[in-house]
Amino acid sequence: MKAVTANRLADGRVVYLAPDGAWTERLVNAAIFENIEAENALASLGASAIEFADAYLIEVHTDGYPSGREALRETIRNSGPTIRTDLGKQAENG
Amino acid sequence: MYRYDEFDAAIVYDRVKQFRGQVERRLSGELSEDEFKPLRLMNGLYLQLHAYMLRVAIPYGTLSSKQLRKLAHIARKYDKGYAHFTTRQNVQYNWPALVDVPDILDGLSTVEMHAIQTSGNCIRNVTSDQYAGATAEEIEDPRPWCEIIRQWSTLHPEFSFLPRKFKIAVTASDHDRAAVRVHDIGLRLHKSLTGEVGFEVIVGGGLGRTPIIGPTIREFLPKKHLLSYLEAILRVYNLYGRRDNKYKARIKILVNAEGVDRFREQVEQEWALIKGSDLDLPVCEIDRIRVYFSPPVFERLPHESASLKESIQSDDGFARWVRVNTAAHKQPGYAIVNISLKPIGGVPGDATDAQMEAAADLAERYSFDEIRVTHEQNLCLPHVKKDNLFAVWTTLKQHDLATANIGLVSDIIACPGLDYCTLANTRSIPIAQRISERFADFDVQENLGEIKVKISGCINACGHHHVGHIGILGVDKKGEEFYQVTLGGSAAEDACLGDIVGRGLSSGEVVDAVERLVDFYRGERNDGERFLDAYRRLGPGPFKEALYANA
Amino acid sequence: MPMLELVEGKLIRVDTTPCEEISLVVWRGGAQPEAGVSALVLPNDAPAEDVGHEVNAFAAVVLEFPTFKDGRAYSQARILRERFGYGGKIRARGEILRDQIAFMVRCGFDAFEMETSKSGFYNQALLDFSHVYQPAADAALPVWRQRAQRAVAAE
Ligand code: SF4
Repeated sequence: MKAVTANRLADGRVVYLAPDGAWTERLVNAAIFENIEAENALASLGASAIEFADAYLIEVHTDGYPSGREALRETIRNSGPTIRTDLGKQAENG
Repeated sequence: MYRYDEFDAAIVYDRVKQFRGQVERRLSGELSEDEFKPLRLMNGLYLQLHAYMLRVAIPYGTLSSKQLRKLAHIARKYDKGYAHFTTRQNVQYNWPALVDVPDILDGLSTVEMHAIQTSGNCIRNVTSDQYAGATAEEIEDPRPWCEIIRQWSTLHPEFSFLPRKFKIAVTASDHDRAAVRVHDIGLRLHKSLTGEVGFEVIVGGGLGRTPIIGPTIREFLPKKHLLSYLEAILRVYNLYGRRDNKYKARIKILVNAEGVDRFREQVEQEWALIKGSDLDLPVCEIDRIRVYFSPPVFERLPHESASLKESIQSDDGFARWVRVNTAAHKQPGYAIVNISLKPIGGVPGDATDAQMEAAADLAERYSFDEIRVTHEQNLCLPHVKKDNLFAVWTTLKQHDLATANIGLVSDIIACPGLDYCTLANTRSIPIAQRISERFADFDVQENLGEIKVKISGCINACGHHHVGHIGILGVDKKGEEFYQVTLGGSAAEDACLGDIVGRGLSSGEVVDAVERLVDFYRGERNDGERFLDAYRRLGPGPFKEALYANA
Repeated sequence: MPMLELVEGKLIRVDTTPCEEISLVVWRGGAQPEAGVSALVLPNDAPAEDVGHEVNAFAAVVLEFPTFKDGRAYSQARILRERFGYGGKIRARGEILRDQIAFMVRCGFDAFEMETSKSGFYNQALLDFSHVYQPAADAALPVWRQRAQRAVAAE
């Protein structure tokens, strides 16, 4: 399964494409796609969009956690630096 | 220190204005990300794992207290209360918002700083010896030449779209603290047989995927020809460096492919045609710049300080810090103070806003207003009276800045790695933290002597692992973090590349393995023999055995 | 391709028919440029030295930017202007970003194949920087010269 991720243009925060087509900061709220659908979702974003930069697909489990080769990288993106647990999303999720 | 005149100030101001316009055009959608990316990169703005990262230039690692306070202010106001000092004597912010960056650059410009050419395929910030102007070893202060190079290379119309990034380092001491042999161009000021001072020109060193110790292409270049000679090298590189493969695009690949002699010939040919032109600065301009780097007005003091002696006798912690973290100054009664940014278990090179302010205050009060950033990711107060060392230490201690480990096993260089960097294979910082915790005992560390551990999270080698006495490179094995150890490298005057000793170790194994290496060294060393020298004497075989002993 | 030319420091749209182009290969093969008419197309992996002073037989030289990142033509242009005293047009062809035009002008380019509708925008780019640090193929005085002049004036 796949999700679409990017960084928000204005502040660079990691965001994920939600089922309603908006961007969410939480991977748990992201839309989970089959591979082909995911490609389509990514392609339909448009290149010069002004909300986000550098969109790409990540592999996720059905429960929405990162999987595959890049699981560690995407887990860190989704939570924050492992050496500063007071920073990033891990700090906000409580 | 160099101070901007109205021309320098105008150029930086123009650049901020230009970038503000570029950001506005991006935010309004007029520029696509593809169009904007090269523009933001030319201003040191990357997109990293969690956010943007802004790299600010600290030309040849020299800062005033006002500048350092501004860096602290930016960390507090626009970032998360800290910043990261890098192996290129620069500083990085990990969390700035794009919309704030023009304001940040504006703020920097008020203290004569900028982020120009801290990224992109252009001539990057020039680096130098952090002891410049303070050490008795040097022939002359290399920084006027760094400033001359900074100005010449800034917004260079011909060399802003090179095949790849381009790094220049300058030193003027036999003891090389600027790692000149692993730069695209390394310049070493030295005296010729006739007593004239000029540059040894080293071209095509570098780390990364193809590490190379740079060869010398000219033993002696008269100082006045520096810029025309640099221009000749850059022109040959710009025209003939490879552009089809980014991993083969650095100048080292060109020098290697052509052979040093052929490359030298090309440079000399080009140089013959442009030397004596307007490129070489007139003496009046060189002198104008040199004046800014005149030594501060030192007091005439005896070599030894009685109060220092007393404090050393009464406080062992202070005595150790003086032994380990201070270095000889050229002026009697003064010392060079190294401020370690490597607390045990900390993040190498990180400093909080409060720490930066504390260092700035100390510099203002005790070091003629100067701070240096070292390529080993520490700070340095270049001119401190020995009488004041105790006061400096006391304040540093209050801010967790007095770790007595300069040059020791816990003074580790580590790149940001997978905790921040989008290119990373693995994390680097946690390995540094665990090694530093393993050797936390300062008696043990000091007894072990100089051991340089350097860690990179991928083959780009920002952590200089190839030239670590013990180098550690993160590699990805099917999504798991593994670490490849290299041994026997050096970035100093005896520069050489480390040997890869064998298979990668898991993150669970690597710290134990490093400890076994160090234990083995301790058992085998001769009196006063450094780790690196023992390795050179005994060869990789026995060290390799120790490394894998438990595997 | 529409074209902007640098005339007295300003980029203006020109509608003249472009000159006849001769590729380097064809020229080497013996083709003769027609005075005041022909343009030489110099690929960016060809040394400008190979053309040398003979470049002055051409009314224009076209230098190429296959991508904006490929900066070889900056050096080629300077060599043509500064080494061989080339006085004809040097025309930039390919991918050109707004913020590169000022660099190109400094290196000796004075014609640009690009969207002419945005000429105001590109002209603005020429004004982005009020000073330069280094000499190049243009007439801009590097700041060290300005400093020296000011010092003399102050005496
Ligand atoms: S070495 Fe690799 S992981 Fe480390 S900072 Fe450089 S690019 Fe990133």
